Amino acid sequence: MGFLWFAIISVMLTVYVILDGFDLGAGALHLFLGRTDAQRRKIIKSVGPVWDGNEVWLLATGGVLYFVFPQLYASSFSGFYLPLMMVLWLLMLRAIGVEFRTHINDGIWASFFDGIFSLGSLLLAVFYGAALGNVVRGVPLGPDHYFFLPLWTNWNVGPHPGVLDWYTVLSGVIALVALCVHGANYIAVKTDGELNERARKTSLVLTPVLLLLTLVSLFATLSIHPNLLANYNALPIGYAIPVLVFASLIAVFVFQRARKEVAAFVSGALYLAFMLVGAVYSLYPVILPSIDPQYNLTIQNSITASYALQVGLRWWTFGIVIAIGYFIFVYRMFRGKVTLEDHGGGYGD
Amino acid sequence: MDSAVLIHRLHFAFTVTFHYLFPQLTMGLAPLVVALKTIGLWKNDERYNQAARFWAKIFGISFVFGVVTGIPMEFQFGTNWSHFSKFAGGVIGQTLAMEGTFAFFLESAFLGLFLFGEHRMSKIAHWWTAFAVFFGSWLSGYFIVATDAWMQHPVAYSTTADGSVTLSSFWGLLLNPWALWQYAHNMAGAAVTGAFVMAAVGAYYLLGDKHAEQGKIFVKVGVIGGILSSLLVIGPTGDGQGHNLADYQPATLAAMEAHFDTKTADLVILGQPNVETKSIDNPLVVPHALSFLVNRDWNAKVRGLSSFPESEWPTNISLLYYAYHIMVGLGTIFMAVMLISGIQLWRKKLYETKWLLWVLMLSFPLPYIANTAGWMTAEIGRQPYLVYGVLRTIDGFSKSVSAANVWFTLLGFMGMYTVLAILFLFLVQREIAHGPGHVEGTVAGTEADAAGRN
Repeated sequence: MGFLWFAIISVMLTVYVILDGFDLGAGALHLFLGRTDAQRRKIIKSVGPVWDGNEVWLLATGGVLYFVFPQLYASSFSGFYLPLMMVLWLLMLRAIGVEFRTHINDGIWASFFDGIFSLGSLLLAVFYGAALGNVVRGVPLGPDHYFFLPLWTNWNVGPHPGVLDWYTVLSGVIALVALCVHGANYIAVKTDGELNERARKTSLVLTPVLLLLTLVSLFATLSIHPNLLANYNALPIGYAIPVLVFASLIAVFVFQRARKEVAAFVSGALYLAFMLVGAVYSLYPVILPSIDPQYNLTIQNSITASYALQVGLRWWTFGIVIAIGYFIFVYRMFRGKVTLEDHGGGYGD
Repeated sequence: MDSAVLIHRLHFAFTVTFHYLFPQLTMGLAPLVVALKTIGLWKNDERYNQAARFWAKIFGISFVFGVVTGIPMEFQFGTNWSHFSKFAGGVIGQTLAMEGTFAFFLESAFLGLFLFGEHRMSKIAHWWTAFAVFFGSWLSGYFIVATDAWMQHPVAYSTTADGSVTLSSFWGLLLNPWALWQYAHNMAGAAVTGAFVMAAVGAYYLLGDKHAEQGKIFVKVGVIGGILSSLLVIGPTGDGQGHNLADYQPATLAAMEAHFDTKTADLVILGQPNVETKSIDNPLVVPHALSFLVNRDWNAKVRGLSSFPESEWPTNISLLYYAYHIMVGLGTIFMAVMLISGIQLWRKKLYETKWLLWVLMLSFPLPYIANTAGWMTAEIGRQPYLVYGVLRTIDGFSKSVSAANVWFTLLGFMGMYTVLAILFLFLVQREIAHGPGHVEGTVAGTEADAAGRN
């Protein structure tokens, strides 16, 4: 039961990163890719009808995490207090940016909301990467299962880490580049003409950069976590994961060159998924590693009792099947290239 | 004073109070919009469809603010109340996760179609999107109320080896007797807000002689909705909440009424509670009325606050007393205003009764105050417990997060929410100034605007 919920939460989080990832990436590139008002309206319109649903995956994942692993929810949310609050502010800002950018036809109004949408998205991508970096690096959990991280200390990975150190900043940069590739791939799928060309080129330029950064992060992670490979050595099939990471990234490049936009987008999504699977594979059964391994939060010492898990599994399965139905419905409704002439989405029209 | 717990409480109180200004309007407007669309469909009357479109825009703006201010709420359980989360997550995590899975996905899928998709589907299909959004918002409300109800009256749990609690009955949690009355009461309260806001905008149009045709529809639908909801909020649901309190939180009830000694109880209309002398200053009372309300017996003795140990007393009796009395006082005023308006509507004189239109126009902030005061009554009344009778507030906050860090983020939220409040008022004022029939942001509007600009 513990493994099943661990897997469910990992999958939900991965779905969140893939779905909200493309609208974050599109947001981060918004000012750069959209050079004219019409192009920016197209970008807003391409994410407008779906961003909210994408973000609900974060809330749903948070809720499931809450009742399955109350100790993890309590420890990590209070420990990451400051960065989480900033994430909340950024989530608000970019939501306001998407929703109200086109409410008023005025250049200054639009520029302001373009700005907060783009800046909010960009910083969120960095924060998410840094958050993942923190989880992989480990946090200073005490015997009471709690910790509190300052934003930064001496920028070193050591016994007194901050939220930001060289490793987590590196993770943040990788996340930003990865989500930019993902967002550019999405915009390439959803648009045509000049915007499509620029998005494709951006993806083609950033993909090799991402490949290099991914390699760097692999070695950086091994250097701070020598026993990271324990699970891989115990079950060597895991070594397929890094191979798949690099293969999917190369596929992004190949498909984008061949103008197979949907295939490139799917490959990018797979890259994100394999990156997360790789991290989760090395962590299991730890769910929040401590600097001092004896205080690790694991599935066993954080999970709630079995009745709650069983009843939860029943309604969750029911609810998630319906939710997937909505997603298929909505994405079909808004499928195809965005045009400003067909006033379908309301956003950006 | 233990300042850390106080700041954590202020943090939650501020963010949740601000948040609830928006859902109460969206949940209150949603059934009215469905009603407008139903009448439009049934009578094939385009005026009602136009009214529904106007209110959908206000609804949409309020909804976005509800979403963005709602995200921090779920997170704050973990960030600011980690010991409570560790203790109770195995129970209340269920209802919070259900809200995301059943309500948020539904709303996020259909909101865009409802707001922007009218021209690409049949009238019946569009009615269903409105209904789905209404259903989703009311479902979301249920899961939140069920979560709070568990904190007010914990049921369906068992204690685990490490001292925290876990769910022991799924239906017991969802059908908590406290939740059923609280939900009905809360939703009636939200409906009062929706009705008053709709009537106020209608009255504004009638008094200013703008969009008078639509103004009449708004006033009519607002008043009919207002009569129903203001009666429901007092009648069965407020009374039901009162009995919940009498049964499960008698100390809270005594403090709300500032009823100190165990004896036949008067209903205090006005007066200031004096905790030192255990009496009411400047009292204006209905003799024996509280005895009747609680026990249906004019001479029954009602347990007074003095019969409970002081460690069980709500921590801020004065504020609790005032919050409760403001809620009840305003609730009575709502009923009076809506019934008088209803009589005038029935006599077909409402649209010409200027003084009453003025009252309707100016009353719209009052339901917001009453709903806020109602939630303050519930949550201050729950003190000194976080989970009533089980976990004290002092044991629930994040001890690893210092008061200074909470001040930092509280100030941040205050700044952010000031900006959001201004933005909200600006956007809503703009829609009201444009009035129904203005088509910017819709299909025709874009073309007209584009033509105008280019």
